[in-house]
Amino acid sequence: MNKQINRLNGGLIDHDQSLSFKFDGKRFQGHPGDTLASALLANGVRLMGRSFKYHRPRGVLTSGSEEPNALVELRSSGRQEPNTRATVAELYDGLAANSQNRWPSLERDVLSINDLFSNFLTAGFYYKTFMWPKAFWEKLYEPIIRNAAGLGSITGEDDPDVYDKGFLHCDLLVIGAGPAGLMAALTAGRAGARVILADEDFVLGGRLNAESIEVGGVAASDWAAHALAELSAMDNVRVLPRTTVIGAFDHGIYGAVERIADHLPTPASGQPRQIMWRIYSKRALLCAGATERPIAFSNNDRPGIMLAGAMRAYANRWAVRAHEQVAVFTNNDDGHRTAADLIAKGVHVTAVIDTRADAPSVDGTELFAGAQVIGSKGRLGLNSVTIRTDKGFTREIICGGLAVSGGWNPNVHLTCHQRGRPKWDEDLAAFVPGDNLPVGMTVAGAAAGAMSTYGALRTGAEGAIAALSDLDIPAGVPELPEAEDSPVKLRPFWHVSEGKGRAWIDLQNDVTVKDVKLAHQENYVSVEHLKRYTTLGMATDQGKTSNMAGLAVMAELTGKSIPETGTTIFRPPYTPMAMGALAGRAVGKHFHPVRETPSHKWAIEQGAVFTEVGDWLRAQWFPKEGETHWRQSVDREVLQTRASVGVCDVTTLGKIDVQGADAAEFLNKIYANGFAKLAVGKVRYGLMLREDGIAYDDGTAARLAEDHFVVTTTTANAVLVYRRMEFARQCLWPDLDVQLISTTEAWAQYAVAGPNSRKLLEKIVDACFDLSNEAFPFMSCAEITICEGCRARLFRISFSGELAYEIAVPTRYGDAMIRALMEAGEEFDVVPYGTEALGVMRIEKGHAAGNELNGTTTALNLGMGRMVSKKKDCIGNIMSEREGLNQPDALRLVGFKPVDPGQQVVAGGHLMKADGPVDAAHDQGYVTSAAFSPVLQSSIGIGYLKDGAERTGEVLRLANPLEGTEVKVEVVSAHFVDPDGGRQRA
Amino acid sequence: MIIDHPLLGPRDAQEFVYLGDATLIDRPDWQAENAAEAFHDYLYLRDNPAGEHRELWYHEQGDRSWLVVTRNTLTHEITSVELARDVARARGRGR
Repeated sequence: MNKQINRLNGGLIDHDQSLSFKFDGKRFQGHPGDTLASALLANGVRLMGRSFKYHRPRGVLTSGSEEPNALVELRSSGRQEPNTRATVAELYDGLAANSQNRWPSLERDVLSINDLFSNFLTAGFYYKTFMWPKAFWEKLYEPIIRNAAGLGSITGEDDPDVYDKGFLHCDLLVIGAGPAGLMAALTAGRAGARVILADEDFVLGGRLNAESIEVGGVAASDWAAHALAELSAMDNVRVLPRTTVIGAFDHGIYGAVERIADHLPTPASGQPRQIMWRIYSKRALLCAGATERPIAFSNNDRPGIMLAGAMRAYANRWAVRAHEQVAVFTNNDDGHRTAADLIAKGVHVTAVIDTRADAPSVDGTELFAGAQVIGSKGRLGLNSVTIRTDKGFTREIICGGLAVSGGWNPNVHLTCHQRGRPKWDEDLAAFVPGDNLPVGMTVAGAAAGAMSTYGALRTGAEGAIAALSDLDIPAGVPELPEAEDSPVKLRPFWHVSEGKGRAWIDLQNDVTVKDVKLAHQENYVSVEHLKRYTTLGMATDQGKTSNMAGLAVMAELTGKSIPETGTTIFRPPYTPMAMGALAGRAVGKHFHPVRETPSHKWAIEQGAVFTEVGDWLRAQWFPKEGETHWRQSVDREVLQTRASVGVCDVTTLGKIDVQGADAAEFLNKIYANGFAKLAVGKVRYGLMLREDGIAYDDGTAARLAEDHFVVTTTTANAVLVYRRMEFARQCLWPDLDVQLISTTEAWAQYAVAGPNSRKLLEKIVDACFDLSNEAFPFMSCAEITICEGCRARLFRISFSGELAYEIAVPTRYGDAMIRALMEAGEEFDVVPYGTEALGVMRIEKGHAAGNELNGTTTALNLGMGRMVSKKKDCIGNIMSEREGLNQPDALRLVGFKPVDPGQQVVAGGHLMKADGPVDAAHDQGYVTSAAFSPVLQSSIGIGYLKDGAERTGEVLRLANPLEGTEVKVEVVSAHFVDPDGGRQRA
Repeated sequence: MIIDHPLLGPRDAQEFVYLGDATLIDRPDWQAENAAEAFHDYLYLRDNPAGEHRELWYHEQGDRSWLVVTRNTLTHEITSVELARDVARARGRGR
């Protein structure tokens, strides 16, 4: 068992309990309250990963979500999660993590050879090197690079966990639970406002838990715990720990990811792993704190070199020293705090190196004022640093840890999610929130540049009071506890010029000061270009610790100020998030809802094969015993329907109920053909155009009463047609007396087709209704009763070309209806048919469907040009007269038969003249739908042919260059079966 | 975004379907001398303002009202929401 050689006393961890965990297969011990990073440090592990490009050994840089280096693979199989920051991975018993981007081991990594070739792998390397020959990119370069690049890996197995989505509403959303956020939440909570307090950490309090200071006379972490206890007891306050607010969206809406079970080995039964919250806030107060920034110097990336605030946090909160001997390199007073805290904890601080000549004195260690760190040593971990003193001497300082502080950057990210820009604060030498914040957002605490504890508490309270006053919620001014209020003392210092090694800026993407210089030299001086050319800030940490230094170096080179150089755009998410959280439960079969037809259960009993039509599941065909190929089933269904009678569920077609005194006039405007004179009890085919004259949708409209129509649409356009009809009703003709309602789901509708369909229906329809051809001819409709009193609607319409009806009953009778139809039809050998037979029969009949109404075709193309009324105002008729749509050789819908009956007509193929070239310039048209006609015992097709109406009998070539086939086809009428329509009128 | 529906109060924009420029209400007179040209302009010519924009939204997951929403395309600030039917009538549309 390994000893925790760097574990100190105290902190916010439970020393009495031990947790066992593994890193790269090696077993270690930690305590509840640890992160993976703090536990590894406690065990003396400094090396935690390899860098992206050069495979340099890297250790932990930070103690928070901004971590660029210590990325690990957590868990295994379907739960394996790459690029997990060890600094935020909460330790649990049995945790297993592996390092990334190394082979065969973290200590001996073969690809660290890249580091020796670093002169060739600088910024823009890919752009310059792999330009030629062009064909090599896809086949050679890219696979090699893709294999070498990237950090973690995934297993490709399905994630077994559930992710949820949730919605929350509040008066005030407080983002971040440090001193500012806690004080704001207390102020607003006590005022009775509905408050949500969200923080990414699992122990709330922010820096209060990382410092050795007192607040209100007690330890800062105790004050935070008390504040939290008070907040948790309030019904009007919702505290969300382990919750990252990932983005600020329009109108006060925020996205937040709550990690419910990431700190557990597996989620409890029924528990989601994470919840993606959509928070609707009236006001939001951003209390996101600040992120420390390093100073770049030669070989500043060795394991053991970390941010000063992080090293202090490890000591104070996690009771961990970075190493037994540490030094501090700083340009501000905050670095001295780290030295003082570590000395107080008994850690040997070998030196404080301060770039300022007038640095304050320190007790208990040696101070080098006006000095700089110019290099470091130690292959897999820091052993010493070399410094240049103010007098110009070099000195070697022995240390296994170096705490670096270049100052603190307010976390302005969310203030910029609506394209706001931060502004430069000269005193802090940092960007602070600008004036153009998202609506309803204000900022408090360090995020607003109030860097002291007291400043955070005060601005938090003030921010809450101001936000609530906007909402007319009076809030009392709380008594602020005593706390440190020291000013920021800092002299900007971004990078050390001297030194033999590379000075790293972006540790995750391996961008150095030299890379920024190269970008400048090659004129990539705009920050957006700098970012993309060098990949600065493009890693999973989005440059939280590196962007400022990159900007500063570029500013130096261009001679501009940092604010003139500007920042790149901040975009959500604030920290990396799981795709699963975005998907929520919309995965697999839950990706979209499934709509079942009223006969679904019955169809399953019949062993139907189903097909998806939008969200609908429709029976495609009904295989019978002994049938081994779908064509056998479909051919049988077609032949049996045409010979006797077949039944098909057509509920999925859209149904829109149109009522009102002006219903007929309204339909007259919606359809291209006339409806005003349609008699009650009659049905008419209707064609809808788009306003630009292109055919849009077709169906029927049945007039059940003077002021009552039932319109049908295609299945695919049911929603869209309804939307357009509402647009016409409300926006174009608002004074027409007409009301619309979709009744697609309200009626179960069945097509009953075939010569025996009347006989079958006569057994079902109540005797008082006369179905004879004289009483109820083709294109009639009526409201009737069936099965002794059940309400129904009957339409004599035909898609198959046979004598046919569609019968509709309230949906709740849909299942009973199909069973009744099948029972009544037994004596006629009734056959159920699916969408496939439906399609074959409509092609045999030459009826257009979605393939023909494909968004490029007109009524003229469809052979319905004369249907478009010129005598009335209807959508699309003016533009359908456009010259370009009315050329003499316009495409016309015709039929095709292969000259050799053994050959196949293929939909999508293009038509070429019998002789001549096969190319787009000689295109004569195309086939839209094709099928095998069991009636004709031949493959057939319908499609569009130039001047097609005049070319019957011509032989063309149907070319399918995709599959290299060419079939001779003869132009025939599109109406293969019963062209004069005698059957449907019988 | 949140759209303050004149009848139903504030609603998430996800409940709506977006169509576009509210000038689609101004469908030309089919009998006018220059009807073909007017329909061409109506269909194909749109302003694309950086700033205030009057546009049509449809409350499909709600009461099926068509709305005219005045939204700033730069800030997404919504300054007015009207029933499209009222707007259409005010612009002289009727039957």
